[in-house]
Amino acid sequence: MSGGDVVLRATTVEKEYPSRRGPPVRALRGVSLQLERATTLGIVGESGCGKSTLSRLMVGLELPTRGQLDIMGEPVHPGRALARSIQLVFQDPFSSLDPRVTVEKALTEVLTVHHLAPERAQRQARVDELLGHVALSPRHRDRYPHELSGGQAQRVAIARALAVEPEILVLDEPTSALDVSVRAEMLNLLVRLQGELELSYVFISHDLSMVRHVSDIIAVMYLGQVVEQGPYADVLDTPRHPYTRALAAAVPVPDPGRRPSGQVDGAGAVTMVGEALTAGPAGPTSDGCPYLPRCPLAEQVCAETAPQLGAIGPRHRVACHVALRTARGLPLSEDVPV
Amino acid sequence: MTGGTGVTGGTGVTGGAVHAEEEQPLLVLRDVRIGLHERRGPVEIVRGVDLGVMAHEKVGIVGESGSGKSLTVLSVLRLLPDPPIRLLGGTVEYAGRDLTTMDERALASVRGAQISMIYQDPMTSLNPLLRVSTQIVETLTAHTTPKHDARRRCSEVLHQVGLTDPDRVAHAFPHELSGGMLQRVMIAMALAVSPRILIADEPTTALDVTIQRQILDLVGELHETTGMAVVWVTHDLGVIAQFVDRVVVMYAGRIVERATTEELFVRPVHPYTVALLGTLPREGAAHRSPLTQIGGQPPDPSRLGKGCPYRQRCPVAFDRCSEEEPPLLPAANGGVAACWRAEE
Ligand SMILES: Nc1ncnc2c1ncn2[C@@H]1O[C@H](COP(=O)(O)OP(=O)(O)O)[C@@H](O)[C@H]1O
Ligand SMILES: Nc1ncnc2c1ncn2[C@@H]1O[C@H](COP(=O)(O)OP(=O)(O)O)[C@@H](O)[C@H]1O
Ligand code: SF4
Ligand code: SF4
Ligand SMILES: [Mg+2]
Ligand SMILES: [Mg+2]
Repeated sequence: MSGGDVVLRATTVEKEYPSRRGPPVRALRGVSLQLERATTLGIVGESGCGKSTLSRLMVGLELPTRGQLDIMGEPVHPGRALARSIQLVFQDPFSSLDPRVTVEKALTEVLTVHHLAPERAQRQARVDELLGHVALSPRHRDRYPHELSGGQAQRVAIARALAVEPEILVLDEPTSALDVSVRAEMLNLLVRLQGELELSYVFISHDLSMVRHVSDIIAVMYLGQVVEQGPYADVLDTPRHPYTRALAAAVPVPDPGRRPSGQVDGAGAVTMVGEALTAGPAGPTSDGCPYLPRCPLAEQVCAETAPQLGAIGPRHRVACHVALRTARGLPLSEDVPV
Repeated sequence: MTGGTGVTGGTGVTGGAVHAEEEQPLLVLRDVRIGLHERRGPVEIVRGVDLGVMAHEKVGIVGESGSGKSLTVLSVLRLLPDPPIRLLGGTVEYAGRDLTTMDERALASVRGAQISMIYQDPMTSLNPLLRVSTQIVETLTAHTTPKHDARRRCSEVLHQVGLTDPDRVAHAFPHELSGGMLQRVMIAMALAVSPRILIADEPTTALDVTIQRQILDLVGELHETTGMAVVWVTHDLGVIAQFVDRVVVMYAGRIVERATTEELFVRPVHPYTVALLGTLPREGAAHRSPLTQIGGQPPDPSRLGKGCPYRQRCPVAFDRCSEEEPPLLPAANGGVAACWRAEE
């Protein structure tokens, strides 16, 4: 995987939204990421941390305030939303389907807009092929969205995204609105499609077990920043950032034999304290670590300098003073309860 | 009540020799049937649910969406959206009295003070026009708590649900608070009255796992210290595994399996339960190895026909399954399951 082609690269991306009162909301604060061809980048983090903002920037629905996004080596520019190489699939499939339009029409519309399959017969064949990709039968051609189950509607949304032969799918919480029994189906479908069509995925979800199942690399976001990233097993089994550790420890494991130990890899439970902060002026000052107000491990330095992402393993990086120092084997100060 | 087929069947607590007085369930639903009124007559959506909840226990309800979980729990406090949904039959006994026929005044005192409900959408129980403190204090004083005690209790519970600035939250109007904060306010309001039973309908589904964990810890702690019974509806099998003592699984308007949490995960009996557990990414399995799928879809309640409602999706269905709907039968895991193969 390493050294593969990079199909998507974010370089110190910032996004600000004007706010009626006071300074702008800083939804993204210097996000750098990359996605390699035919792999999956999972993005996790609590609501409001900027995941959806990042996904909108990736597909060009909005532009970054600062920083740069490159898709297939080319910078994203205005109007990129119509670009074919990257497509966004939303959480609620029904919100992205026109209730008055049949499945067939929803798919042929996209083909027509992009001047794909100009002949009627070609279009018909392509619609069948797309339905086949998402395991729907030609019977579903004439269905309207209200005649579809949630899982079927999500398949149609994916088929429509695939119609333009993209390289990358950005999946923003694609299974959150689906019933548990349908989620497995959706994950199997995504994994199969990735293999068949060599797709690259950005998979956004707050469900860690699903992100783990599909991702090669996981990025953990907190308040508009990536605070930890690396191979999925490193990030979820040996999380190093106190926020990732709190997150991993909070997930209820579907196995009654494993009581919530609060222990993650012997690193100790790092229960988060306090409220979720919101992005924007109320957020922490730019001087210190954004996690400081909730961090039980905070030290003096955390208030003075914002930690930068640093390597703690091959491809595993974390933005935390204490985690970086621990990983580098320096002695801990007395007051750190690790 | 025989074997494991009674309302609380399939538990270590109530199985075997029981001490009659101590083991009376606090809440008992018997043959609860709920219908959707359509022009052609009622369609039965919840088709005879029997469920007992003991004091000091946590019961989880899981199942396919649309299987009737919400309607079942809403029927307890007569909160069904009538019309078009109505109780068709059955009883709901709380502390020996039938809530389905109790007069409104008596019911109101049960509702506010003994059985509390929390929902996925906090605005279901909050008034957008009143400050948080006003709402909590009103709930308390309605049930004979003196006003100044109510004020103290209000900040106490807001603090307990993990809000760091309870005073600010108390003075806020609902629209000034984030979704996660509102959820905790609703939970604080439900817990303020120290109910004997807390009924929760997917209250943490929309929350981040870290906040969910705080709330489960808090409810678990209150359960431990006050003996408050808990009925928790969720589709999260992790929450079920970690939080409740006993589980009921619903499918097509019925309970199809009831067992202790341990047994359900180790030895699920009903084929639907087996399939549901199989859909989870398994630890130790190769990365991205295919997950088990449940093919097909749940049946339309107006077209159930005879036979087991799971038969079209069931990999082990046999002749009898399309003839007769199975009742809850004693199962090999010590619980009960509505499956002709339950005892195998
Ligand atoms: N169009 C917008 N205008 C103003 N603020 C926004 C806008 N979109 C997002 N935000 C803010 O940016 C932050 C990140 O939001 P979002 O990307 O939706 O987070 P997530 O998807 O991780 O829940 C939030 O604080 C949100 O309120
Ligand atoms: N207000 C309503 N009007 C019409 N049908 C309803 C209403 N509420 C629920 N139903 C139907 O009753 C069935 C069971 O609903 P519910 O108890 O909410 O299921 P669950 O909570 O298990 O997802 C569903 O099929 C739903 O469509
Ligand atoms: S840098 Fe300091 S405050 Fe930030 S996460 Fe690490 S220990 Fe906590
Ligand atoms: S009764 Fe028959 S169809 Fe129903 S779950 Fe059991 S085996 Fe399957
Ligand atoms: Mg989002
Ligand atoms: Mg429900």
